Amino acid sequence: MKKLKLSTVLLALAAPLAAAVVSIIISSVAVLASKKSPFDAYKTMWDFGTTSGSLMQVLNTATPYYIAAVAIAITFRAGLFNIGVEGQLRLGAIFGAYFGAKFILPPVLHVIAIMVIAMTIGGLWAAIAGYLKVKRGVSEVISTIMLNSLAGGLSSYLLANYFVDRTTDSNNMSTKTLPKSGQFPNLMPLLNKFGVADQPGGGVYGMLVFAIALGFVFWFVINRTRFGFELRASGSNPIAARFSGVNSRRMTFVAMALSGAVAGLAGLPAVLGDTHAFNMGFRTGIGFSAIAVALLGRNNPVGMGLSALLFGFLEVSSRSLELIDIAPETYVIMQGSILLSSVIAYEVVRRYKITLQSKELAKAVVA
Amino acid sequence: MSVAVELRHISKRFPGVIANKDVSMSVETGTVHALVGENGAGKSTVMKILYGMQRPDSGEILVNGTAVHFKNPNDAIDASIGMVHQHFMLADNFTVLENVILGSEPKHGITIDFAAARKKVVEMAAQYGLDIDPDVLVEELGVGQRQRVEILKVLYRGARILIFDEPTAVLVPQEVDDLFNALKGLRAQGMAIIFISHKLDEVLRVADDVTVVRAGSTVAEVKSKDVTARQLAELMVGSELPQPTTHGDTRRPEITLALKDVSIPTKSGSRDLISKVTFNLHAGEVVGIAGVEGNGQAELVEAIMGLREYTGVIEFSGQDMNHLSVAHRRDLGIGLIPEDRQRQAMMMESPLWENRILGHQRGKPVMNGFVLDKKTTIVDTKAIMEEFDVRAPGPQTLAAALSGGNQQKFIVGREMSKAPSLLVASHPTRGVDVGAQGAIWEELRRAREKGMAIVLISADLEELIGMSDRLLVMLRGAITAELDPAKTTPEQLGSAMTGAA
Repeated sequence: MKKLKLSTVLLALAAPLAAAVVSIIISSVAVLASKKSPFDAYKTMWDFGTTSGSLMQVLNTATPYYIAAVAIAITFRAGLFNIGVEGQLRLGAIFGAYFGAKFILPPVLHVIAIMVIAMTIGGLWAAIAGYLKVKRGVSEVISTIMLNSLAGGLSSYLLANYFVDRTTDSNNMSTKTLPKSGQFPNLMPLLNKFGVADQPGGGVYGMLVFAIALGFVFWFVINRTRFGFELRASGSNPIAARFSGVNSRRMTFVAMALSGAVAGLAGLPAVLGDTHAFNMGFRTGIGFSAIAVALLGRNNPVGMGLSALLFGFLEVSSRSLELIDIAPETYVIMQGSILLSSVIAYEVVRRYKITLQSKELAKAVVA
Repeated sequence: MSVAVELRHISKRFPGVIANKDVSMSVETGTVHALVGENGAGKSTVMKILYGMQRPDSGEILVNGTAVHFKNPNDAIDASIGMVHQHFMLADNFTVLENVILGSEPKHGITIDFAAARKKVVEMAAQYGLDIDPDVLVEELGVGQRQRVEILKVLYRGARILIFDEPTAVLVPQEVDDLFNALKGLRAQGMAIIFISHKLDEVLRVADDVTVVRAGSTVAEVKSKDVTARQLAELMVGSELPQPTTHGDTRRPEITLALKDVSIPTKSGSRDLISKVTFNLHAGEVVGIAGVEGNGQAELVEAIMGLREYTGVIEFSGQDMNHLSVAHRRDLGIGLIPEDRQRQAMMMESPLWENRILGHQRGKPVMNGFVLDKKTTIVDTKAIMEEFDVRAPGPQTLAAALSGGNQQKFIVGREMSKAPSLLVASHPTRGVDVGAQGAIWEELRRAREKGMAIVLISADLEELIGMSDRLLVMLRGAITAELDPAKTTPEQLGSAMTGAA
């Protein structure tokens, strides 16, 4: 039994290790192609990335990635693919920021209210795709991509024409700043107590804590509740799910809407914790990077956490590459090669596992 | 006649288990020799040893009277042994000719001598009656023809002893006939053919001799003309065959299921998929639905389960179910064994304990309120596996790793575990071995005695006649006859099914 455990552990580690080795080779080739030493590049990234200022930025980058990745994982588990997280989080953020600045509530309630607005908007936006899929058979991949374009245009239009705060005359169009009660407290004061010194760049978003809690809730709901089971069943075998009494159309709709609701929150860490408003500098691309984060993390809450941190680290630390004259965008190649090699490695290991089990079974049956 | 290949007292152990123990058989040239046994009896291990894929721990193999020691399949091929695998190993984008010579191409300097290859392949095909166009792409071929290419491949490499591993599993009846003709042709040319199968009627049709394997050992070698399918089956199981029978009348007065004029119209307005089906089913009664497949049985099941829109009324214990969802119907106490277990009843890449939940996710024992009770589920899964003899390492095993028969036993066990008052069973014993078949029948009998009402759909006429209290014949969506199974022979039922009676 102990031997078996060891082999299981080795098997679990095989895929990520193989993927890491392959992606390091690919990335090194990319650096070599620009006639620079990969070792210098990695060392520079590491030295820069592990300063405490950088690490805080890594956390801040990873937090929205993680929330968005959870949103995508919900649909992956249901056998769907929500590519529209980018649009959902954008709309969630702008509506949350705009309406959140319109009223005053006690501190915690105010933040919750903004979150609810963002979730509702994100959920409704994704529900359009869910509705089209269930009623009209439109592929959610296509419709969410199109909804992304619409969301991008819609949010710019709303910001420029209706939501912009005309009391300030900055060039950066922005919604009205959220009142203090609608801001998510920063973790910096807490970190100070543990002896971490302030760093330029704004500390650590409080929504980090929320993201971690969200990961746990995601795990519990998906793996330990009836709803989660039915969602996974319709993902892994929709026909059998239907024969088992799961209303698979409703499940498709609900999974899309729920995913959108979670996605609606992914733009909030910066809005509630840093800018305190939605402005033109709102980060783009979170929803797309999050697809990679979810894939790399295999829809697993811990795995997605690690991959969100990895992506955040690569993104932040690669800024230092400019210092040694390498294009910082090299991190995109790194992220891509990590994703590709890990997807392949996991598939290889998965097939090997099935073969292994069949063999074990053959022995057990003959016995 | 001479002996082409002989196995003497072959034994093979895997760590902890004995796969083969004292296996002996001898195959004469110019004969078809069948190797039969239940799933997991050790047929495949025997063949892997003979084909050099595994080495025996003890015993010897003689080919044409000489002892041989194969280290790998190449040695076996050199000794003129060839294997036609159940799953074809062909390159789709190659022609038949290219596939046949792949790996042993005749060379002309450094180029392939296609002319010589073609000549040889065409000659061979003609000689053995394996009619096929050498220049067509394999992707354009049907299953039967692909198999022919596999056979040609083996012959091309000079095989005189041919092993066929479950060759009919993938074929339709017409293709089976073609294959058997080809086998007879090969036999006439002095080949020795080893035919692995568990379909006994086919074995008796094509084989001259039959060797029976049970629990890793050969238990009998008989001439096929001296035995019946039933005797062979009994040799395979090692005891008297289970009979699909029920005892006495366990029918209770209360009506569990009532159908009144149930129809499923098509949107196009053509003939209804099922039309005005009406019957009552009492508690403790088994009603058998007979019919050639595709005459509305599947649709009837879907209507009863609420998987399809229908007109008319379906009542369960006096309650109108028309507007109830699948989930509600299951909650009321209806169990379902669907006809296509992998597609309709399992999550193949999930462990068995999760499959235990499927269809039962709305209550005890797998759920505690809305929260999944993993511990209890695993314990319960183990219990089902023990009671229904599901052979797998444990509840964590993936469903995909189980053989079809074990999957079926698991599904039957899962559906019975809730003791439903109505069980809809579509082909409950299809594809399971004889032992499991008996066990499933026994479960159905016991449940019937306890008052379960059963709708039984089956293509096995003996099963239908033996297990049912009443037979309804479905033809083109309508019930065309009601028969008393006690007074019906399979032949009579068969002709009623085709509308000939």
